[in-house]
Amino acid sequence: MILIVAEHSGGKLAKSTLEMVSAARESGREGPVTLLVLGQGVADAANEAAQYAEQVLVADLPGLAGYTAEVWAAAATQIAQEGEANLVIIGGSRSGREYAPRVAVKLDAPYLEDAISLSSQGQSVQAQRYTYLARVTETVEAQGPVVVVTAKPGSFNPAQPSGTAGEQYDVELDLPAPRVEITGKSVEKSSRVALTEADVIVTGGRGVGSSENFTSYVEGLADRIGAGVGATRAVVDAGWRPYAEQVGQTGKTVQPKAYIALGVSGAVQHLSGMGKSRNIIAINKDPEAPIFKVADYGIVGDVNQIVPALIEAAK
Amino acid sequence: MNILTLVRQVPDAEARVKVAGQAVDLDGTTMVIDGMDEYGVEEALRLREGGAPVEQIIALAVGPQRTEDALRTALAMGVDRAIHVETDEKIDAVSLSRLVAQVAQAENASLILVGGQEADWDSQALGAATAERLGWPQLTWTNELKVEGDSLTGRHDVDEGNESFRAPLPAVVTTQQGLNEPRYPTLPNIMKAKRKELRKDSLDQYGVQAQVRTVNAEIQTRARLNKLIDGKDPQAAAQELLNLLRNEAKVIA
Repeated sequence: MILIVAEHSGGKLAKSTLEMVSAARESGREGPVTLLVLGQGVADAANEAAQYAEQVLVADLPGLAGYTAEVWAAAATQIAQEGEANLVIIGGSRSGREYAPRVAVKLDAPYLEDAISLSSQGQSVQAQRYTYLARVTETVEAQGPVVVVTAKPGSFNPAQPSGTAGEQYDVELDLPAPRVEITGKSVEKSSRVALTEADVIVTGGRGVGSSENFTSYVEGLADRIGAGVGATRAVVDAGWRPYAEQVGQTGKTVQPKAYIALGVSGAVQHLSGMGKSRNIIAINKDPEAPIFKVADYGIVGDVNQIVPALIEAAK
Repeated sequence: MNILTLVRQVPDAEARVKVAGQAVDLDGTTMVIDGMDEYGVEEALRLREGGAPVEQIIALAVGPQRTEDALRTALAMGVDRAIHVETDEKIDAVSLSRLVAQVAQAENASLILVGGQEADWDSQALGAATAERLGWPQLTWTNELKVEGDSLTGRHDVDEGNESFRAPLPAVVTTQQGLNEPRYPTLPNIMKAKRKELRKDSLDQYGVQAQVRTVNAEIQTRARLNKLIDGKDPQAAAQELLNLLRNEAKVIA
């Protein structure tokens, strides 16, 4: 079978899960596409999963109430071994890329990380992936009875419901006791559309000027056009915005239909997180800002003057 | 305790990356210590300076001859000694973790520090894979770290937001920007570093083979329209941009 570890929250599958279903179907590996739903109180997510996969394995256990890398790796490995998976697909989220290498080691399998495409020939699996801060596209190849892959979010088309509900099976797991104790949590969930799922993103950089301006202009424009809100590293470091909004090498990787960068200079580390966006729009008063080199549309001007006019015009 | 800090050598972020044939060609490219690893080197030094019972700090690098320069930087920053496993082979993180785990055991390390993401192969896997090989817990994307007795405490970034944690040693920690501000090596320390031990090992000693092969590399650049509007008249510029986004790009309603 092809095993996919579903990503879900609040009883709903994440878009990344539907993308992984497509990745499984494109992979050319054989066997039923199987979604593994891990967590506690996951019946809704499991029911939704059944619309997309031939079979759904549901591990609804108290030990899975909260994610930790070691527990998730143990769970995915047990199911992969019992089901003799020939391909294990894990989300390319921060957490996915944190536990997938553990699964690969446990299965003694090669690991293709952050794949943007998948294909196979016999025992060999090929993937394309970005390297050198997303400036190079490499094709990598590995062989084995089982290969572990993480799928880069936004790289595969989300699957459509198949029309027939897949079978659901409850599974038991032998889980290790988590050794990492979480002593505090700061969740930065915005009321807006999630960054990795947004069609349009408005991002503010240092050039916006202040935290207050960020609220007025970046959030103001995002709310006017129904976009997600992103921030640069500099803005997060300055404490204007939460880390969850950060786009770039040390933040999220996004590729929306439109990425609107306000007062963003366009450092390589930022470009590596958004350079694959379908359309890039930049507003910056410095005509030499590197962001303009990758922009489809841009205004050379002061964010504080242009954006209020833009918000007004978009009414 | 001993700390093992991993060091990679990567192209300078501002350097131009080029492809020749079907592989990345680094000939003539300015190479530097990977910034993400540099935070790890700095953190090891700070843990010791902050009073943690750190006996030795050992830097490990695997790569071609030139990688020695990155290790010299780490030595000049203050690590005690370095190990260079010299190879021109590209070894994927999961395979390489075998070697790192062996070195960690031989050096009696109880903390391994490694950059959260490699600036050349864009991989985040080495820390986690090494932790799994050793049967240790891992903390990724750490931005605050303390040693308290036999435990590590600190804070790290997760999918949405961040968490404070406590974990038993030994452990693997991945480092990133924000954890600290790495020091610049001073001239006396650069001189002193020249006398520090830099051991050369061969890859054969470790019985490690790459499981992932790179079969092609290309630079795909998306052609951008580069339609720039002069913003002297904000209202007119805003209207023009809006029209383009609505009617030409068709990305907003």
